[in-house]
Amino acid sequence: MLENYLPILLFLAIGAAFGVLPLMAGFVLGPRRPDPEKLSPYECGFEAFEDARMKFDVRYYLVAILFIIFDLEIAFLFPWAVVLDRIGTAGLVAMGIFLAILVVGFVYEWKKGALEWE
Amino acid sequence: MIETIQSLWAAVPEPVQIPVLIVVKILVIVLPLMGAVAYLTFAERKIIGYIQVRIGPNRVGPRGWLQPIADAVKLLTKEIVLPANASRFLFLIAPVLAIGPALAAWAVVPFDEGLLLADIDAALLYVLALTSLAVYGIIIAGWASNSKYALLGAMRSAAQMVAYEIAMGFALVGVLMVGDSLNLREIVLRQAGSPLHWFVWPLLPLFVVYFVSGVAETNRAPFDVAEGESEIVAGFHVEYSGIAFGVFFLAEYANMILISTLASLMFLGGWLSPFEGWAPESWFAVPVLGTLLASGIHWLLAKTAFFLFCFLWFRATFPRYRYDQIMRLGWKVFLPLTIVWLFVEGLAQYFRIGPWFA
Repeated sequence: MLENYLPILLFLAIGAAFGVLPLMAGFVLGPRRPDPEKLSPYECGFEAFEDARMKFDVRYYLVAILFIIFDLEIAFLFPWAVVLDRIGTAGLVAMGIFLAILVVGFVYEWKKGALEWE
Repeated sequence: MIETIQSLWAAVPEPVQIPVLIVVKILVIVLPLMGAVAYLTFAERKIIGYIQVRIGPNRVGPRGWLQPIADAVKLLTKEIVLPANASRFLFLIAPVLAIGPALAAWAVVPFDEGLLLADIDAALLYVLALTSLAVYGIIIAGWASNSKYALLGAMRSAAQMVAYEIAMGFALVGVLMVGDSLNLREIVLRQAGSPLHWFVWPLLPLFVVYFVSGVAETNRAPFDVAEGESEIVAGFHVEYSGIAFGVFFLAEYANMILISTLASLMFLGGWLSPFEGWAPESWFAVPVLGTLLASGIHWLLAKTAFFLFCFLWFRATFPRYRYDQIMRLGWKVFLPLTIVWLFVEGLAQYFRIGPWFA
């Protein structure tokens, strides 16, 4: 059972290696001639006026929060969907209620304009 | 020769043999995959070239066939610029975080009935988890670069990816409801019988949502606002040069191949042949043609290639969406559509409504 997960562990390591090795090869094979202009952040030709890590729109946070809610919902739906045939009426009704509550929340945030991007 | 290898192998202690064998198997998956990624970039340039009535790259090697190798060598020998204001560690770890999950997700992909590396029961959950990790590479790259264009691109891309992740997750739930298993091999075997048993028919809306979300997840045209050359130069990887950029590039194409393969496995019956179930037995008895018509890995490859062609076709055909249009499509069209279809599917399965849910 658990030995099936060993290949996955090794695969993760090899996947990371396929990112690290080209980078190392790039540092070895490529030239290294830094100068201040080359190392400055890409802008339209001026010196950067301010730090690039500026304020950004709060809607990105909102999307992230909505994502967490719906992603959790999906995580709850996964095991339910697998055993759907075996849990009968009770399972179907329970998940129907759960989904209905989330749909109410979804309608609310839609009406509130949380999904608007202008 | 073979005997010396065999005797050498026998001398290796058993606790070492198992991991070594696994590593060899992993390389057997990953190396062809990297080749496919390289030649997908070539196919992209050629196909889009022909769609636009030009011939595409044709200088390096016969008809341009060595172009991807030339690109790789060139990227490897270029300087990797580390911007002065960047957070160095995060800047260098970001490409690794982008490609690691894109490759590791292949651990659970079945290529044929007995041809898979890790036959685990939580395969689909694992795939969902790893494809979600892709967003980290992008947002860390954008943040660590400390450049305005990179940050803008990363924010856009992250919001877009999480929005479509939801639609994608709901589409997967639909597959699970008819597939009754998280194991990808069993999901494919559940579709055996004939092409009419493939999940694409009962789940047609979810299939469309899944594939379009896949295009948005990989930040491909027409949803490529994260890169949007004409708006924010190159988006999150504007500060990356040389092979550091190349690794992001590889990750994007590896993700495209992964999405295409998963779409064929979950909706188009994976390695199952479309001739199964209705073609007369005598067809499969024909010497070479019969093997080609029967189920096998070549059908999975053909279906994947078809989806990849669609990726390139979309890029050559559709103009880029506006950002608010992308978000509207994800949240206000796909999400309600998938929820409604889950309700329909649940009821159809409960009341055993034919022909698919009987």
